[in-house]
Amino acid sequence: MSIAIKTTDLSRAFADSGAKDKNFWALRDVSLEIPEGCIYGLLGPNGAGKTTLIKILSTLLLPTAGEALVAGYNVDNEYEKIRPIINMVSGGENCGYGILTVAENLWMFTQFYGIPTKQAMAKIKDLLEIMNLSEKADTKINKLSTGMRQKMNFIRGFVTDPKILFLDEPTLGLDVNAARETRKFVTDWVKNASEPKTVILTTHYMQEADEMCGKLAIIDHGRILANDTPKNLKKQEAGGVSYTINVAYRDFDPQILRTLPGVSSFAHSVLNEQGLIEMIFNLSDDSALARIIEKINSLSFSINNIQKKEFTLEDAFIKLVGRRLSGGEGDTL
Amino acid sequence: MSMNELIKNLRGIWARAYVRIVGVNREPSWLIFELFFPLLPICSFAFVYKSMNAPSDYLGFVILGGAMTAIWMNVLWGMAAQFFWERESGNLTLYMLCPMSTMAVLVGMALGSGFSTFFRVIITFMIGKLIFGITLHVASYFWLFATFILTIAAVFSLGMMMASFFLLYGRDAWNILTVFMEPVFFLSGFYFPVKTLGYPLGALASLIPITLGLDAMRQLAFKLGPDTAFLPVKTEILILVALSALYLAGAKYLLKKLEYIGRREGRLTLRWQ
Ligand SMILES: Nc1ncnc2c1ncn2[C@@H]1O[C@H](COP(=O)(O)OP(=O)(O)OP(=O)(O)O)[C@@H](O)[C@H]1O
Ligand SMILES: [Mg+2]
Repeated sequence: MSIAIKTTDLSRAFADSGAKDKNFWALRDVSLEIPEGCIYGLLGPNGAGKTTLIKILSTLLLPTAGEALVAGYNVDNEYEKIRPIINMVSGGENCGYGILTVAENLWMFTQFYGIPTKQAMAKIKDLLEIMNLSEKADTKINKLSTGMRQKMNFIRGFVTDPKILFLDEPTLGLDVNAARETRKFVTDWVKNASEPKTVILTTHYMQEADEMCGKLAIIDHGRILANDTPKNLKKQEAGGVSYTINVAYRDFDPQILRTLPGVSSFAHSVLNEQGLIEMIFNLSDDSALARIIEKINSLSFSINNIQKKEFTLEDAFIKLVGRRLSGGEGDTL
Repeated sequence: MSMNELIKNLRGIWARAYVRIVGVNREPSWLIFELFFPLLPICSFAFVYKSMNAPSDYLGFVILGGAMTAIWMNVLWGMAAQFFWERESGNLTLYMLCPMSTMAVLVGMALGSGFSTFFRVIITFMIGKLIFGITLHVASYFWLFATFILTIAAVFSLGMMMASFFLLYGRDAWNILTVFMEPVFFLSGFYFPVKTLGYPLGALASLIPITLGLDAMRQLAFKLGPDTAFLPVKTEILILVALSALYLAGAKYLLKKLEYIGRREGRLTLRWQ
């Protein structure tokens, strides 16, 4: 598989407004290889450097040091070869002209890419339908709601059929349904394309990243902290399995379970109002669970509930970054 | 530039022009602002000459100057300063992102409002004819037209050079444009023959293509024109050709250079500067 994007020690400094000769590094030594034909996620808290990276790759900003190749072309001096084959959509952007309708605005942007009008209009019609925006095709865009406008921006990114597409928080402002449709649309677009399409996606929504991205980079303070498939990231974090077991607590001494073979860590707390004790086990192997259950049964206590804890991307993120991803709406999506 | 590139840029020009053409149709009140109000200062100058019993050709100079003012304003505010708004609205980011040349965007803007500018020019001349009874003595329609086109070409190129500063600056570039407006009205002799300024100032004023364009057109269109000539028409046309080429090359260079600096300094698409 060939490489869509390759960066080597990519760094970007901005003049620090506080101290005069001091630089502030928005990106530091980022080395990435993004294969063609995948959705690649950039996950990180506010100010991590995601947009900065996307701006460099989309030829709007130059690196301070290091190198970035997009489709094999250097962003520094071969940007004219990159622009025809990329596009970008940012959440909350406000593009176009209020005096034109949705369809006219989209048409205008296709013309900047030299697409023949007939071909462009057919494509716009299709995409408006997919995004449930057909009935607004002839509405002036100053009369659209925020979400509708975001859908239009989103269509603008696809209508030029780019090889590489940058999506910077594209579902910002969309309702739950629209966000879900959007994610499905992107996934299908990459999957069903006749030539390989690559999407670079930044998001604050864990679920979005987990669900859509073949590979993910977790980024904070301008540095890449991890870079793997969501599955591997979760596995790395777990380092074993974890169970929660609830037992009726009268006279039960949980300490006797601590020393069972295979239990690597153990914690317990009393859930008074339910008359239960809750124990959380980290096990080095699954077979230890049988020993725990056996022990509890042999003491004639009854188990009310056993739950295997699934590690989420959020757990991996917290471990790597040291804090939750700000916002946290990812949980409710 | 390959054929493909050319077609891409022509499509882009048309699409950007379309916004303005449609805009005028959808908001007819624009026409009043664009057509009616700018006529007032022209008329007041004309009445001053009339009350002084100046030769009627002087009224013609004012009318011609007024018509060219419309074009200069279009380039200044409709093209160069427009980049300020495009930057604030976020469209500039998309113009930079797309493969079309920045020049095509700018030409599209100017041509888009060229439609209403054209009406303004026509109406100005009609007023000159009907209210002030001006008569033309055209020496050569060919050269008159050629001078007009050359002037437009040079002015567009100058406008593109000015627009390039908006790739780097916001409000500062805006202020520079404001500085350009009134002194240009004075220097370029919109309302009086530039010869009156004397040679040194006249030569300086000639850097603004409208100055020589107006002077040449006066000579070609009015009986009294040659009497007030700053330079011979042929010389002026040659200088206009040189200015057009110079400004076009300058615009191409500056647009590219300032885009690069903007990318380097992180200011290309920075808003609220
Ligand atoms: N033009 C600029 N000049 C100075 N500093 C900048 C500029 N652009 C970005 N920065 C700084 O670089 C850092 C990274 O910003 P960036 O926009 O890349 O973050 P992000 O990961 O996209 O954050 P968010 O999730 O909030 O969108 C921030 O500290 C920001 O203030
Ligand atoms: Mg961002």
